[in-house]
Amino acid sequence: MSVKTAGGSPTAPTTSKRISGTLYRGREGMWSWVLHRITGVAIFFFLLVHILDTALVRVSPEAYNAVIGTYQTPIMGVGEVALVAAIVFHAFNGLRIILIDFWSKGSRYQKVMFYVVIGLWVVTMVGFVPRHLINVFSH
Amino acid sequence: MSSVPFDDFDSPRSGRHRSRGVNWEKWGWIYMRVSGVILLVLIFGHLFVNLMVGEGVKAIDFAFVGGKLSNPFWQVWDTLMLWLALIHGANGMRTLVNDYARGARSRAILKGSIFAAAAILIVLGTLVVFTFDPCPPVSAADAHLLPSFCPAP
Repeated sequence: MSVKTAGGSPTAPTTSKRISGTLYRGREGMWSWVLHRITGVAIFFFLLVHILDTALVRVSPEAYNAVIGTYQTPIMGVGEVALVAAIVFHAFNGLRIILIDFWSKGSRYQKVMFYVVIGLWVVTMVGFVPRHLINVFSH
Repeated sequence: MSSVPFDDFDSPRSGRHRSRGVNWEKWGWIYMRVSGVILLVLIFGHLFVNLMVGEGVKAIDFAFVGGKLSNPFWQVWDTLMLWLALIHGANGMRTLVNDYARGARSRAILKGSIFAAAAILIVLGTLVVFTFDPCPPVSAADAHLLPSFCPAP
């Protein structure tokens, strides 16, 4: 679709497949939204499994220990890093969403806040990952 | 082209559904933000105590959970986390179904499944927290699996 400009000549329709050309698409706002959805779905499905495995404490100590033992294997240990990474991003970006909604300058600083979220995520993961991996791999 | 009939959408400025009963979408929107802030505290605390303190994930076993869930503080903490997180997650999944699922039938099936999963797990989890026995009867060979405060069998 072409758009009439003030000068009267229509702007050329783009044939570019690149996602760009608007303030929103392909920028920080879009990618934070995409990541929020993906991490949210991943956390939801983990939550379903996690409630079921924890419910095994009501069955017997052996049943619970057998299943929780699989959480302590190296592969699952790496999976826990991914899980915590998803939770921490979702949590910090959720605060960013709240600030965009309720802080009068929120939408003006949404892009800056995205990089603050990434920064806080890195700091949190640096605090968590080495300690967790040492626990997983060294006993 | 298969898509949701256009009639399903309200014109944003039509004001058609104003002042007709409870605005559930508004309360859902508020719930996501309020529960989100509380969940940040609850889940970060949960992760810190279970994964960072001591030997982290390697220390989790029946005795560890038994010790936590025999403490009213953690009973309330875990029950709050269970309810807030499942409703937050189920409402988020509902948003995705609204955005991506085409056709009234698949939308109904998906939303029904999400609701059922959340409701069943809320009931199951709450029952587990409040009917849990940290010292169940076990054979003498398994007595070492119990928390240290349990009487010897």
